[in-house]
Amino acid sequence: MNAYLKLDRIDKSFKRGGTTSEVLRDVNLEIAQGEFVSIIGHSGCGKSTLLNIVAGLADTTKGVVFLDGTAVEEPGPDRAVVFQNHSLLPWLTVYDNVRLAVDKVFGRAKSKAERHDWTLQQLELVHMGHAKDKRPGEISGGMKQRVGIARALAMQPKVLLMDEPFGALDALTRAHLQDSVMEIHARLGNTVLMVTHDVDEAVLLSDRIVMMTNGPAATIGEVLDVQLARPRKRLDLVNNQTYLSARAAVLEFLYARHKAPSIAA
Amino acid sequence: MGMPARKLEPVPAAKAAGAAVVELKRATPGFADRVKPVLTALWTNLLPPAVTIAILLGIWQIAFDRPGATLPAPTVVWSQAFDLIAEPFYVAGSQDMGLGWRVLTSLQRVAVGFGFAAIVGVLVGAIVGQSVWAMRGLDPVFQILRTVPPLAWLPISLAAFRDANPSAIFVIFITAIWPILINTAVGIRNIPQDYRNVAQVLRLNHLEFFVKIMLPAAAPYIFTGLRIGIGLAWLAIVAAEMLTGGVGIGFFIWDAWNSSRIPDIVVALVYIGLVGFALDRMVAFVATRVTRGTAAN
Repeated sequence: MNAYLKLDRIDKSFKRGGTTSEVLRDVNLEIAQGEFVSIIGHSGCGKSTLLNIVAGLADTTKGVVFLDGTAVEEPGPDRAVVFQNHSLLPWLTVYDNVRLAVDKVFGRAKSKAERHDWTLQQLELVHMGHAKDKRPGEISGGMKQRVGIARALAMQPKVLLMDEPFGALDALTRAHLQDSVMEIHARLGNTVLMVTHDVDEAVLLSDRIVMMTNGPAATIGEVLDVQLARPRKRLDLVNNQTYLSARAAVLEFLYARHKAPSIAA
Repeated sequence: MGMPARKLEPVPAAKAAGAAVVELKRATPGFADRVKPVLTALWTNLLPPAVTIAILLGIWQIAFDRPGATLPAPTVVWSQAFDLIAEPFYVAGSQDMGLGWRVLTSLQRVAVGFGFAAIVGVLVGAIVGQSVWAMRGLDPVFQILRTVPPLAWLPISLAAFRDANPSAIFVIFITAIWPILINTAVGIRNIPQDYRNVAQVLRLNHLEFFVKIMLPAAAPYIFTGLRIGIGLAWLAIVAAEMLTGGVGIGFFIWDAWNSSRIPDIVVALVYIGLVGFALDRMVAFVATRVTRGTAAN
């Protein structure tokens, strides 16, 4: 496989005082360009830490992340992050939140008018053009996350990182946003790495699902190929055999072989 | 049960009653209707303080309206210091001018001292809030220095500047800077990690981070500091001017005391109170305008 994003023998441990706690051990993963990969696991298994390592927001104890042949050392707009709690700046309007990213990334490459158009284009892509002059405090949680996605896409990242992007949303809003993400992925062909704890979400969106074992010293337990044709339609999948068996495989991994620590104890 | 479900279907109300939509005449608000809320607002906001002031003045009048009283009663103040009350902006000589001019002179000193305090306080506060080592090194020093009373700085600043005016300004500066600095530092320390992550992903440089993230995120804290600072500055200027002399509301009080013009002092106190109140409200007003939307959600 042609690895666009490569996680090479990642170890991560935290030192606090005299004690060292090992979070991740020997994580290896290769992702091709345009692939949509989900990481799923029980809470505390280090999946968000793994995403932060790829983002450059956390460093590895051992091992290297390669993106497009270059080692990742610090955060950067080529690995834009959609944060779980949207992380919009509350004092800026929706437009300005996206524009800040656009100005920073394309300040030299694009003219002012081009940056303006690009910002509006991103907002239209997530259907938020109508709210461009609102502040984050004035829009709903789902809309905030749409803007968060627009901000990340506006950076034209090599890989889009999503950290439980819909975890804080209600089920209906979540479904809407999942559809939007699928639509955007189909149009732009981004490489996406998403952390989630929602089995249906993982199966619906992903080309591959990476299942993590429980911590401490968590690692990749199994990788599942989701062989469903795109575009995928939520309703069509309800009784789809491939969908159901993929879903069953993930559930079996999470609840039979790798129960949450509290359940296992 | 046995009842068929169809019977529960509601009959369209309008058809059943044969009702027509009657257009009600829309009431156009008359003059009285428009004035009424304004009057109500005035009534509820101005009446209670007016009553309080009237009662206080009454007690004061009763207490001091007798021969041999040590302090003047309100009526005496009104008659003896009427020129000061009626004409804030007259000039009749280098030490004989309206209280308006004196207050403006004092305000000028406060503006310079407080301006410097705001700039230095926010910058140093940002460094202290951002860097653990700067905080460890500087915080104990600040905690000690901030307890030094404003006037205790005056002799040492007179010795350093050898001039009354810059010394008074320095006293304002050193009085106002601590709350600004300490509040800014706390505000910067409380910036959510989320915003820092965003800045890192966008690769904002130090200046961009300061202007685009730090200042707006810490603005509510900074303005709390500024508001406390301006209050302290106004407290300090009166005391400092009493000692340094020259034109200014503080020296006016000291001068009036030396020439036994007690009614003048009473008028000056009212001026000081009103100006201090106005300053506080001004900073609060700017704060609400600037920090609109900064509250995290």
